[in-house]
Formats: sequence, structure tokens, C-alpha cells
Amino acid sequence: MGRQYLLGNEAIAHAALEGGVGFVAGYPGTPSSEVIDLLRAARPEGIHVEWSTNEKVAFENALGAAWCGVRALFTTKHVGLNVAADPLMTSGYTGVTGGLVILSADDPFAHSSQNEQDSRLYAAMAGLPCLDPTTIGEAHAMLRDAFALSEELGLPVLFRPTTRICHSKADVELGRVSGERRAAAFARDPRQYVVIPAHTRVLHRRLNEKQPLVRERILNLGFNEGECRGRRAVIASGIAASYARETLPGEISLFTVRAYPLDPEQLRSFCHGHDEVLVVEEGAPVVEEQVRQVAGSAAVYGKLTGHVPAEGELSSSAVRAALAKAGFAEPPAAPPTPEDGIPPRPPILCAGCPHRAFFFAMKRVFRDGVFPSDIGCYTLGLQLGAVDTTICMGASVTVGSGIAQTAGGDVVATIGDSTFLHSGIQGLINAVHNGAEMILVILDNRTTAMTGHQPNPTTGTTATGEPAPRVSLDAICRACGVSWVETVDPYDMTGTVATLRDAKGRRGVRVVIAKKPCVINERRAKVSRPRFAVDPDACSGCRACLRFGCPALAFEDGQALVTDLCSGCGVCASLCPQGAIARAGRPPAEGGAT
Amino acid sequence: MSFDVMIVGVGGQGTILASNILGMACVEEGRPVRGAETHGMAQRGGSVECSVRIDGEFGPLVDPGTADLLLSFDLLEALRYRHFLRPSARVVTNTAIITPTPVFTQELSLPSPGECLERLAPFGPIALDAGALAREAGSELALNVVLIGAASHLLPLAPESLLAAIERSVPPKTVGVNRRAFALGREAAVRNRQGDGVVPPKSS
Repeated sequence: MGRQYLLGNEAIAHAALEGGVGFVAGYPGTPSSEVIDLLRAARPEGIHVEWSTNEKVAFENALGAAWCGVRALFTTKHVGLNVAADPLMTSGYTGVTGGLVILSADDPFAHSSQNEQDSRLYAAMAGLPCLDPTTIGEAHAMLRDAFALSEELGLPVLFRPTTRICHSKADVELGRVSGERRAAAFARDPRQYVVIPAHTRVLHRRLNEKQPLVRERILNLGFNEGECRGRRAVIASGIAASYARETLPGEISLFTVRAYPLDPEQLRSFCHGHDEVLVVEEGAPVVEEQVRQVAGSAAVYGKLTGHVPAEGELSSSAVRAALAKAGFAEPPAAPPTPEDGIPPRPPILCAGCPHRAFFFAMKRVFRDGVFPSDIGCYTLGLQLGAVDTTICMGASVTVGSGIAQTAGGDVVATIGDSTFLHSGIQGLINAVHNGAEMILVILDNRTTAMTGHQPNPTTGTTATGEPAPRVSLDAICRACGVSWVETVDPYDMTGTVATLRDAKGRRGVRVVIAKKPCVINERRAKVSRPRFAVDPDACSGCRACLRFGCPALAFEDGQALVTDLCSGCGVCASLCPQGAIARAGRPPAEGGAT
Repeated sequence: MSFDVMIVGVGGQGTILASNILGMACVEEGRPVRGAETHGMAQRGGSVECSVRIDGEFGPLVDPGTADLLLSFDLLEALRYRHFLRPSARVVTNTAIITPTPVFTQELSLPSPGECLERLAPFGPIALDAGALAREAGSELALNVVLIGAASHLLPLAPESLLAAIERSVPPKTVGVNRRAFALGREAAVRNRQGDGVVPPKSS
């Protein structure tokens, strides 16, 4: 294949093919999504690739495949592993026959996440080995070999890249794609696969008995290695080891951690050759806690002593600062500070985004409402004052019903179509069953937009492009026991406002489906609408339209202006008190947006 | 030592393709390279940054005060990332500014293009209307290749390697447009250099 400049996730996806994967399932989540996106685009023959409806569903599918002797890969972002935690915790008990790799991508600094949790702790809790590559090249080789390791140990292997492995790039040498296609068969063995108490007590003992073997295997594979250069040492794991390699003074020893469980004797003998040890890792102080247990007389510095930041992500400069704090190096010069007076440029909902239109209508009808929301592009509705809570996938309806049952008032929860199918349905059933007084709005744009427009059961195609039945959100809601379900077009401001007013006057759980395809998908499908324009003679410069926050609306020389970002949704026209905004006529030229 | 490039702009402008071209040109020359980029939600019209570390063998990130070159698709973004530059660094920037929406919604003030360039002056900016040159080459979408052409005088990569990488990363139908865009950017940088005398000649 030769060397290529690849995204970490591209190298990982290819490594799965080299490793002979036969079954792939996951739910999209930054920074993990591209692994399945690349595999589904490659459409490798004889390999099943799917986007599942949530991480628990995906994990269990992959587990079933691995129980049939096939090599399986499950991908998720770190918080998705919480959703899959139930089967995860017992998967070490049952073990696997085909190799099962659990890719859980951590996101230190929460670039695109609700928290900074550390997947390595899950591996320890579940009794599973965990791989923590320090470079993209290692990620590639370690993931390729992880299937065989899983089969050898009879355990799922947790693979934990971080954002700066998944979403960084490097020159990588790819290998040959495996041509192996295993014949899958489920071998009935209730003592292994039916975890009734009598079985599971035995399985738990076996998992514990296996742990010394797991430690020994990790030790012998040479993933963790120390190099002694002096009396002071840095112990670094994952991407932090790359930063340490760049910044370490020549006389400081380095111990690199790439896999867990760590061997206490190996760590002990390394620490005993040193007077002071600085532990550098992203996430929780996983390595540091273990170093403390074996360090003996060596002083240990890390997150617990404040030498390394306890939150956020590391970088070469952060490692340099930690070295200086520990007295291992001279303090670096203070870096230049950002320029003042630069207006922020945050991510915002696109021009023509149906979510913005809906939020505007919602705010108009429910001035004093409480707005629990969920995880997706629409979380950006925060900027419009339309998002009051977000905690995790599916929590809009459940937090909403909790608020409705206690504080009362107008509770209007918003959730996307993909998130509703991920984990919103149970919450809706619960709200109906327990008599909550609330409105649930499904912002149905027919895709999983934020993570890269992955198809879901409302889209009509599978991950690999096969036709699939579209689920009816209306029918699901009615089957959950909701008797009042209305569908609106969010571009129709008048109709949406009227429906919301109607909903406001009713009792029980009411559902509004705001249905409009994602404007990015519409553009890709070459749907074009005439643009809108401001009549300069009619515009009074009142700025009412600007409050809509559309990036296609500008203001120059005391007047509003519609720029060529306009997608023709027309919502601004219905907001102008002067009626100064109207269709400009011809549709925009193809690809004309700048 | 690596030569560290920051590529900055507005989500959707094609910064990732530009970083791919630099990375592929490194591979073309058999040199190690590391890079990082913004994915996910930040793409929705937000400020985006990519790094490319030519001859990089360690982490992918460029720290403030250490970049050798800033390649900016938007003049305001060049100013936003100015603090990433080391004192000897250079700037290649588009002269256009996409006004951030908060300027309208929150009535914030926006530095003028002249003020932006003045504040970048210590880095001898090569500033060009990359959009106009891209249109001249045949497509607005070639803006990123125009900027790479302009930066080619300052990059430690052979123009032939950059062109080979461009040909491999753009759709086959657009190779001609992109070759023209590269040449126009490269020429514009020379004119820029002679025109205002801000830019010292680069020995190559």
C-alpha cells in the first residue's frame, strides 16, 4: 500500500480490515464516527457494517457475532460506553470466541462531549485488557493485532484512542486487507452464555483467575517499556507519551504505557531506580494511582499533587509546564497571548436550519416555558435561549417529565430524530404512563447531522446504502400512548405557532414532530429554493430579523441584508415587521455559496 | 525540528483539504508529518484550525508561540491565531473577512482589514484576494489551492511535490483549475513581495 497521510480513524478503520474483522457495529459519536463511516463507504464484501440505534444495541450485536466465532468491532465515543456498560460488565464473564474489540474514543477537553470520562476505568472494572496507543502508527498496529489478542485471552479487548489520535493525522504504512471470511456458527453452551446466578458465580471466578494471565500477556507483548537515563523519570501513557518524547530533557528517564493492566513488578523495579517520578496522562490518574502503590521511596508527582492539570487535554507545552513544576526542567517562556478585540466566531446553526426556525416559533409561544433539550446540532439552540438542560442522550424527555411532575408549568422538551430512536422512546412511554404534563418536540431532520449525516431508521437507507423501511415517528409516539401527535413544517412559522398554541392549551403528554430534512442534506441532494432579499426602501433598520441569528442575515449602512448564504427557507420574511424581506426570484446557481 | 504550519479559517472553507495537500506533499518527499484538525460541531460556521508539522515525529499539536507559518483563509482568523506564531514566523492570508454572525446579533465591532494587516505586520504578511484569484482560475472552490500556491515560497516543500499532492487530492475534472489556482497564488505572492516591500525575499 505504501505510506499515506491519514486521519487516525482512517488508519484504525483500515487496521480492522487487515485484522480480519467480519462484523462492525456502532453509534456515531465524535471522535469515533469516521471509523464506521470509512468502513461503510468501502463496503467490503462479506463484512457486515451497521449503524445501530444505540451503543447498547451495537455492543450486543457485536457480542453475538463474536459468540459465533467472527471477529467483531464495536465503536463508540466514551460516553456511549455508559449506554453499553450493562453488557460490557458481563462480557468478561461470558468471554468471546471470535475476537471482540471495543473501540471507545475518549475526548479529553470535551471538544465535542458532555464530560471527560476515562474509558480505561471501565476496562479495569470489567476485567478486560485495555490498549492506549501513543501514536497513530501504534493505533494502527495495535488495533490490527487486538483481534488475535482477544481470541487468545477469550476476552473482549478495550481499545482507547483519544481525540488527538482519532482526529490527528500522520504518515502511516498500511498493510494488506485480510481476505479471511470465517464461517460463523453459534455453539450452544448455556453455562457460558446464560448468566443465571449458578453460572455467573463460576464465570466470575474464572474471569478473576484469568487476570494474572492477562497481565503477563500484556507484559510479554512489550507494550509498556522503560528507558533509564538518570535518577528522575517521567511515566507517560497514550498520546501524552508523544508529548513527553518531544519535550523530555536527555537526562530524564521515560517509561511509556500503552496497555493495561500494568504489571506491578515492572513498575516497581522502574520506580526503584529513581528518586522522583512524574506521571503524565490524560483523563483520570489511572497510571498515577498504580505508581503510588509501588513507588516505595520515590516521590511521585502527577494530577494528585497538582503537577499535571486534573482536567482538559495535554500538549507539548502542558508537559513542559509539568516538567518545570516538578523541577525536571527550566520553566518555559510565557507564550504570547491572544489578540484583543476580535469578535467571537462560535459554531452556529446553518442558514436555513429548520431547528432555528422551530426554536423561534417555540420561544414565541412559550415565553415562560422550561426547555429541556438533548444532544445534537440543536443543542446550539442554547444561543437562542431555547435550551435549558442537556445532560446525555435521551434525557430531554425524562428530565422534562421530572421537571413537569415537580415544578409544573409549560415544559417543552426538544429531541432529534436519531436521539429519540437512540434512547428517547422509553422516556416517552414513562412520561405517558406516569401522567406527566409536558410537550415533547421531535426535531426530525431525517439524519444524524452533527456527527456527519449518518443514516438512521428515519432515513430510508442503511449504513451501507441498502434500502430500509422508514420508521414512522408518529406511529411510534401513538403506540407509546400519546393521543395528540401533530406534525408541522418548521419553515411555516404561522402554522408552527398555531400548532404550538393548540398544544399549549391541551393536557397530558403532547408530541409535535417538526419535520424538515437537514439543509445540508438538501443542498447535497440539489434541492434549491429561490433566495430572499431585503427591499431597501421598506427596511427600517429595526434589526428584528437579526435576532433570528441566521448567518445569511447581515447589517450594513443601517439596513439589513440577505447574503448569498441564503438557502431560501423564508422564515426571516415572516419575522420582518415591515414586510421588507421577499423572494428574490431565481434560485441560486449551483455551488454558488461562498 | 519540524516546520509547523497552522491553517485557519471558517468551517466549510476547505482548510482540511489544504492540510491534506501539505501532508501528502510530505509523504511524496518521504518525510514524516503530523497534523491535527477540528471535526464535529465546530464545522458549523465556527472558527476552525488545522496544524501540519512538516518533519514532525511527535504530537500533532502546535503550541502558541511556536508556529513557523500561518495560512489563513480569512483575515480576521489570521489575527485570532496570531499568538500561535513564533517571532520569526510568516503569514499568508486571504484579504476577505466573513463577518461573524455575533457582530450583527450582538452589535460587536469588527477590526477593519487595514487594522488586521497592521497588527500582522511584524510577520511580513503576504495578503491576497484569494477568492478573486480562485474565480480567475475557474472556481471559487480553488481558494485553498490559491493560498497554498502563495505559501509555496515559504514552505520547505518543493512546488512539484505540492502540485503532485494537489493532483491526487482534488477531483480529476478540476486538476486544470487547481493547477492554474496554484500558479496564480504563487505569482500573486511574488507581486505582493515586490509591491510593498514588506516581505523580504526568501532564499531557496
